[in-house]
Amino acid sequence: MTPISTSRDIAFLKEQARAVRIEILKMLTEAGSGHTGGSLSAADIVTALYFYKMRHNPKDPKWRERDRFILSKGHAAPLLYAVLALSGYFDRSLLNTLRKLGSPLQGHPCSKMLPGIEVSTGSLGQGLSIANGIAMGLKMDGLSSRVYCLLGDGETQEGQVWEAAMTAAHYRSDNLCAIIDNNGLQIDGHCCDVMALEPIVDKWNAFGWHVIDIDGHNMEAILDALGEAETVKGKPTMIVARTIKGKGVSFFEGKVQYHGMAPTREELEKALKELG
Amino acid sequence: MGNREQNTGNSNQLPPHNPPLIKGGSRGGVATRDAYGEALLELGKKRDDVVVLDADLSGSTKTGKFAKAFPERFYNVGVSEQDLIGAASGLSLTGKLPFASTFAVFETGRAWEQIRQTVSYSNLNVKLVATHSGITVGEDGASHQAIEDIALMRVLPNMTVIIPADGIETKQVIEAIADYYGPVYVRLGRAKVPVVMPEDYKFNIGRAYTFHTGKDANIIATGIMVSVSLKAMEVLKREGIDAGVINMSTVKPLDNDAVIKAAEASGLIVTAEEHSIVGGLGGAVCEFLAENHPVTVKRIGIRDTFGCSGHPDELMKLYGLTPEDIVKTIKEALNK
Repeated sequence: MTPISTSRDIAFLKEQARAVRIEILKMLTEAGSGHTGGSLSAADIVTALYFYKMRHNPKDPKWRERDRFILSKGHAAPLLYAVLALSGYFDRSLLNTLRKLGSPLQGHPCSKMLPGIEVSTGSLGQGLSIANGIAMGLKMDGLSSRVYCLLGDGETQEGQVWEAAMTAAHYRSDNLCAIIDNNGLQIDGHCCDVMALEPIVDKWNAFGWHVIDIDGHNMEAILDALGEAETVKGKPTMIVARTIKGKGVSFFEGKVQYHGMAPTREELEKALKELG
Repeated sequence: MGNREQNTGNSNQLPPHNPPLIKGGSRGGVATRDAYGEALLELGKKRDDVVVLDADLSGSTKTGKFAKAFPERFYNVGVSEQDLIGAASGLSLTGKLPFASTFAVFETGRAWEQIRQTVSYSNLNVKLVATHSGITVGEDGASHQAIEDIALMRVLPNMTVIIPADGIETKQVIEAIADYYGPVYVRLGRAKVPVVMPEDYKFNIGRAYTFHTGKDANIIATGIMVSVSLKAMEVLKREGIDAGVINMSTVKPLDNDAVIKAAEASGLIVTAEEHSIVGGLGGAVCEFLAENHPVTVKRIGIRDTFGCSGHPDELMKLYGLTPEDIVKTIKEALNK
């Protein structure tokens, strides 16, 4: 268990999240394409995981006792690359090569090309099943490592997610904590218009999960929820994190068109000013 | 058959229910799925990193034997093949050696994209061992008869594709793939097959077994079609035609040397598989020979159509997968 968070931890994490957002915007602008909105919306959650909650060692990415993170919403690759670079898994200068020929920073994460990526993702709906398997294997080995899996809200329209939801509950995988980046938007528009998801919390409850509903941009709430998940026995935990797509840059927030669009140079300049 | 209107209201026109053709040869046959169940149990005793997953078909795929002996290393994920592949992938990421089993049509069809995106792309050490392949599934009909699975798996980078010919080879295959790192698809059947491989046979991934090299024709067969081809070889021999038989149990990577040798020896190659003639063994052999040693190739297989209900024996006849079909094909090609 990680120690009780202090106000100093919170201040540090907020600063880290700001740095992560800056790296995301810079690399996406350099790449000229990629997924801005969903990388920014989950930035606080993933920052809390990599810079506070998870046991991991950038110098030994395959450390047997590490906690695992599976980015099921693989299109948020820029976010994962930013936290990995800032954690020291690889040199920050690599971030400028995102999506370019020969770069290990593929458009969606590839585990064969970059240290720190547990498994390749990008096709939605598959990460939770993989996380289940890892959770089973860790338990079999008597390891106390935990598995974290980040899903998009639109992603939960995939049927496989619900197959995995049943499996995790059936096998009482309490070393598994999934998080839904509930930003309410998907490529074609608002989730409620494309394919309604609500009531999200009730659904996961009904599937036998311990569900925690939080503001996904409130660092204290994120840390509390991750801490609570560690205390749950006999059930997997789902943190439903209410977020804002494009969070941190006013003119990207809540805008569906920035799901899969990179900032222009001008937008980057404006955004960096906002982030300070 | 194939024209249901003809039979409507007149059950007398349905084909007779013949006794099974595929029920074991002179040395007594078993279904490859039964051999798998035994091999898995043995492997589980030897290695504690072996874990087995099934999707509610453990009685049919024979993983149930392992489940009974090692319940702590067996996961039934219920009727959810996509989740089956994901969970197996996750287990492999913790250093386990997962065997994921269900029927071939569901494993390679329903979960194809999971296999592509996760197992194949990340090059994970997941063993996909599917049973109930081909039309010898029989009475369950086309929905349960995988006739495209070799093609679906063969097209994936990093994937190895193996189709054992009998129980002896199945046991060897399971041992061999346990010692090999990487994704493997093993295609097994429901029905009993005759024993064709020698007692002292040693399977190696990617190496074909040549029973005989013919001067007139060479049959490159896989799975249950190996025994069918051997019967055809005997018939042809009596008629003065020297046909050879090669068991190409690994369809990917193909044993190129064995194919070249056969093509050099005879100039007529016949491929035989209980699978569509599109994209399977026939496709693999044609692709290789067209680029490297063009000779005449005839493909025995299911001719781009779906299967149907019936006894395996009836279906083998209906779809042209008998020794007589192979004999006829070779004689026609040789103008004899």
